[in-house]
Amino acid sequence: MYSPLIRYTLHLADNALIMGHRCSEWCGHGPVLEQDIALANLALDYVGTARNFYQYAAEMINAADPAQKATEDSLAYLRDAGDFYNNHIAELPNGDWAQTTLKEFFFSVYLQAVYRQLLNSADTQLAAIAEKALKEIDYHVRWSSEWVVRLGDGTEESKERLLKALDEVWLHTGELFASDDHDAQLIQENIAADLQLVYTHWRTTVEKVFEEATIAVPAPAKTAAWMGNGRKGIHTEHLGYILAEMQYLQRAYPGCEW
Amino acid sequence: MNTIDLEKQFQDKIDREIRIEPRDWMPEKYRQTLIRQISQHAHSEIVGMLPEGNWITRAPSLRRKAILLAKVQDEGGHGLYLYSAAETLGITRDQMYEQLHSGKAKYSSIFNYPTLTWADMGAIGWLVDGAAIMNQVPLCRASYGPYARAMVRICKEESFHQRQGFELLLSLSKGNEAQRKMCQDAINRWWWPSIMMFGPTDDASPNSEQSMRWKIKRFSNDELRQKFVDMIAEQVKILGMTLPDPDLKWNEARGHYDFGAINWEEFWQVISGNGPCNKQRLDTRRKAWEDGAWVREAAAAHAAKKAARAQQHAA
Repeated sequence: MYSPLIRYTLHLADNALIMGHRCSEWCGHGPVLEQDIALANLALDYVGTARNFYQYAAEMINAADPAQKATEDSLAYLRDAGDFYNNHIAELPNGDWAQTTLKEFFFSVYLQAVYRQLLNSADTQLAAIAEKALKEIDYHVRWSSEWVVRLGDGTEESKERLLKALDEVWLHTGELFASDDHDAQLIQENIAADLQLVYTHWRTTVEKVFEEATIAVPAPAKTAAWMGNGRKGIHTEHLGYILAEMQYLQRAYPGCEW
Repeated sequence: MNTIDLEKQFQDKIDREIRIEPRDWMPEKYRQTLIRQISQHAHSEIVGMLPEGNWITRAPSLRRKAILLAKVQDEGGHGLYLYSAAETLGITRDQMYEQLHSGKAKYSSIFNYPTLTWADMGAIGWLVDGAAIMNQVPLCRASYGPYARAMVRICKEESFHQRQGFELLLSLSKGNEAQRKMCQDAINRWWWPSIMMFGPTDDASPNSEQSMRWKIKRFSNDELRQKFVDMIAEQVKILGMTLPDPDLKWNEARGHYDFGAINWEEFWQVISGNGPCNKQRLDTRRKAWEDGAWVREAAAAHAAKKAARAQQHAA
């Protein structure tokens, strides 16, 4: 029902919102106070980016059909899981500190490459939002890489936990690079990021950081071969619970101002 | 110089409003009082992240989510400044955590109450942060330099939080019946615990007198409480809500609001561990600390390896 550009913008927004939700779950529970604050910071960055993309999506939706009255909140709070287009890795549970930092590492390196390409997008609004988000995501990459290195090259236990996290998360990295049916068109129009190029940056960065963390990079994950992916609205079981929690007030008290 | 002279000199500095700094001589009891008070305040900030953190994932709009996240993050930051200020008195952050986890150190009793609805995020901002500011503004002039300076930053952010809390309740008060009910219910639950935050009445507050003499404290518990009641009794009218106190009444002769008797039995019970969330809050803090042990060890081990490699490289 949405145009490819709107759907792509929602995909960018959903990725930020859902990962931000996961980061915010750490608030008050971090291993060190400074890291607790750092994670709240990442969460704030993501929520801020999500708002920018949602506002842009709402603008386009309303321009196409003024009866829609879409807002950033209607898009975040009143769509069901099947209409969310975020990648699976964003919705995975936090697990322990190793799993949290590792998935944030994979995800932020991916976003870094996406946003870098979007800087040159023919859609100037996407380019502007990406420019702002990129400054923040560069920090996320630095923060999470440092943790991957610390845990990999720390104690025996931390390495063991990192490898266990890798076993949990790696499977879902393939899905990051699975295309949407409209990607080819958007790439041709120079609007969306080319995931082939994103993958090259991602793999190179992962190899570099893993080498420093003294762990081996597994063979590419084959998730893309699976029938569903987040871009098509097919998710893991986790997203439903995230939305049940996140959307509860808007659903229980429809039409209220907060 | 003997101790009596040193003490005289110290009190003289205090009387002349000269700030005491970490390397200055100070009576042991002054040092201990400050460690107790500052660490208790720091613990309150980080324990206080929990009842509000409880609603971040359920905030009803993206704007409110961002505001709440930023607020809880600010509290973590306040914890950091305060732990740092306390460390200048010769105690480490780990020692302070140990005292919190063992139950030796206290934190503000208000955080032993549960946050049951979204309106509680507003009531905490308006009433709890409001009471905290009332207590904390005079601390910006506390005699101990690092504490006073930390409080200046904290108060700026707290007054912002208070306005946000009020604004949240104002939105609810203009909403539908369910929202207004939620708003009134939160005020009913948070009002009495908030005015207990000023501590026992002056005649039952054993540490107050010495703290006033040392200019750590500038106003008595009852003076600050009265100021707070006077302010809130007016502001609640803007919300079109009421405070749950049938005895609340303007007293022309005193120029203040009279208010009903505080249930001090509840106050002492909650402080001594029998509040609704004492166990939950402490268990959560302990769990975060224990679950994080391997992370802190890994970070330390990695830093040591890096330093060793750098040294080898330099040799």
